[in-house]
Amino acid sequence: MTFFKTLAGTAVAVGLATASFAEDIKPAVIFDIGGKFDRSFNQASFEGAERFREETGIEYREFEIQSDAQREQALRRFAQQGNNPIVVAGFAYGSAMETVAAEFPDTDFAIIDMVVDLPNVRSVVFKEHEGSFLVGMMAAMKSETGKVGFVGGMDIPLIRKFACGYVQGVKAANPDAEVFQNMTGTTGAAWNDPVKGGELTRSQIDQGADVVYHAAGGTGRGVLQAAADAGKLGIGVDSNQNYLHPGSVLTSMLKRVDVAVYNALSDAKNGEFTAGFSVLGLAEDGVGYAVDDNNQPLLDDEIVAAIEEAKAKIIAGEIEVHDYMSDDSCPVS
Amino acid sequence: MNTLPKWIDIVLIPFLTLFLAFFVSGLVVVAIGENPIRAMQIMINGALGSDYGIGYTLFYTTNFIFTGLAVAIAFHAALFNIGGEGQAALGGVGVAIVALSLDGTHWLITFPLAILSAFVFGALWALIPAFLQARRGSHIVITTIMFNYIAAKLLGYLLNGPLKKPAWQAPETRRFEDGAQIPFMKDIGEWVGLEITRTPLNISFFVALICCYLVWLLIWRSRFGYELRAFGHSENAAVYAGISPFRITMITMILSGGLAGMMALNTVMGEQQKLVLDHVQGAGFVGIAVALMGRSHPIGVLLAAVLFGILYQGGTELAFEMDISRDMIITIQALVILFMGALENLVRYPVENTYMRMLRGSG
Repeated sequence: MTFFKTLAGTAVAVGLATASFAEDIKPAVIFDIGGKFDRSFNQASFEGAERFREETGIEYREFEIQSDAQREQALRRFAQQGNNPIVVAGFAYGSAMETVAAEFPDTDFAIIDMVVDLPNVRSVVFKEHEGSFLVGMMAAMKSETGKVGFVGGMDIPLIRKFACGYVQGVKAANPDAEVFQNMTGTTGAAWNDPVKGGELTRSQIDQGADVVYHAAGGTGRGVLQAAADAGKLGIGVDSNQNYLHPGSVLTSMLKRVDVAVYNALSDAKNGEFTAGFSVLGLAEDGVGYAVDDNNQPLLDDEIVAAIEEAKAKIIAGEIEVHDYMSDDSCPVS
Repeated sequence: MNTLPKWIDIVLIPFLTLFLAFFVSGLVVVAIGENPIRAMQIMINGALGSDYGIGYTLFYTTNFIFTGLAVAIAFHAALFNIGGEGQAALGGVGVAIVALSLDGTHWLITFPLAILSAFVFGALWALIPAFLQARRGSHIVITTIMFNYIAAKLLGYLLNGPLKKPAWQAPETRRFEDGAQIPFMKDIGEWVGLEITRTPLNISFFVALICCYLVWLLIWRSRFGYELRAFGHSENAAVYAGISPFRITMITMILSGGLAGMMALNTVMGEQQKLVLDHVQGAGFVGIAVALMGRSHPIGVLLAAVLFGILYQGGTELAFEMDISRDMIITIQALVILFMGALENLVRYPVENTYMRMLRGSG
């Protein structure tokens, strides 16, 4: 009973707060360890915030943390100064968010890649397995050796979810294909280690892989570089990374972190901020694959047609891509 | 022999050095096109301008007192303990094990046990390099540095394996329950009727102050402290006087590692209330600068730790407030360390000369 009272009270408070701040919001965005110019995950969230700033002229506060220990300080600092809403992208903010969001029930928070169950927190997660499935198919169809690679960043369930979706896509296109999988590390440093990313990629290429997909944040720069240097193909992630090595990046698995950030900010501006959690997949255009001038020549009609067909089937529910995080296991490897 | 009056030695020279350091940092700020006066204001104001700022400053200070004392005590025995980072990391494991297993009780039970456990874990991590130095002659600078890496890997293993919170992505333990929540300054303020903004400053700060006193007592008021200093001044003379190098090396490193390990009380039990990977945040290395600047005296360590606390908290505020990247802030902090720690003579010689000339002139 008390719980529901608190819940209702908070909901009212949030409603009021949102209404009064609707005209004049003071948003804050906090980036994760890779830094806002990681060409990948954090950069996507930076771009979303920048788009909001350009369209509305509203400035936002920002902070790049230097270590895990700063997460709480950054959140609390912005909340204490009356910033609202506060948007963070990164699963590792989960426990800091649980603490701080509970301390500031009148502030709206948004967190991406993690679910925090509080009445003033919007959680946005993605169906990375669906997007990875498509690029997996593409990799298998493009591969001449029948061997493809995957380089993950930190070894966490989220990244295994990418890997599992990818492998399913590869096998769907070519059941005999072989997939090499490597993770960069087990700590946050694994997000920002391009040298090791390059080494892992070279070793996969030595084993015969000719398309390598990465889900490794800043580490991925090394993956794409190594693939390009060896004359093979890389696949980017999160942001559109096709431009990094034109002609050597097959495609990028887009994860629209930028849209999630932008939506959180603009909903707050329009007084439409809602808590709760949303899952963005292919159907919602939350994930997808990138096609632009840089990779157009690599894609023939047959591939595009096959991918588009699979995409339609996934959206329609005819193909079900297994989500690693639903049961912590992957049916294929 | 002419010596400088104490006020010049203790007040004027550090002040001038600090001024010079900030001046050069100001030039760096100008070089990247920002206003150095405003940067300075934000730093000072952010660190000391509110109870929030002071809370964070003293929180960082607490870390640096522990690691500074750890390095200082080893300095007195001419041992250079660079392993504070790893010893503090292991101290965190000690704190976490106690907190995770006993957090159903009360902090009055868990806190003393956590102190003990942090000390023991930190000490054990320092003990191996100490033994290798004392018995096998492996230089302690090399071994303690290497042990930092081993500690980081060990912590990574523990937080991805046995200590990890189940069904959770980040490598961290679960949050400690109420029984391991030590009082924060906010709570202590409430006991005496003061309203204090919530910061991570906690009761470990007082433990750190007590440690300052105990270290002073040990080094200058105990028999072991005398042996330790004698050993530090001249190993041959100490051996001649019947002091065992093995015993001194081992005990000193136990104390040094233990103090470094106790830093984890502040970060693991105080700030985070869970064990995370980089809870040490480089404090083990900053401890070296703190001990150097504080001339290995507990009072000096305390003052230097406060200065570094100001730099850390002020630097963080700078990152919040101005368009100065985090790398730039590290540069500014490094400049201050460089001037205060290494370039003191840059100021000392001119000041000494001027003072002597003035003396001769008037006398």
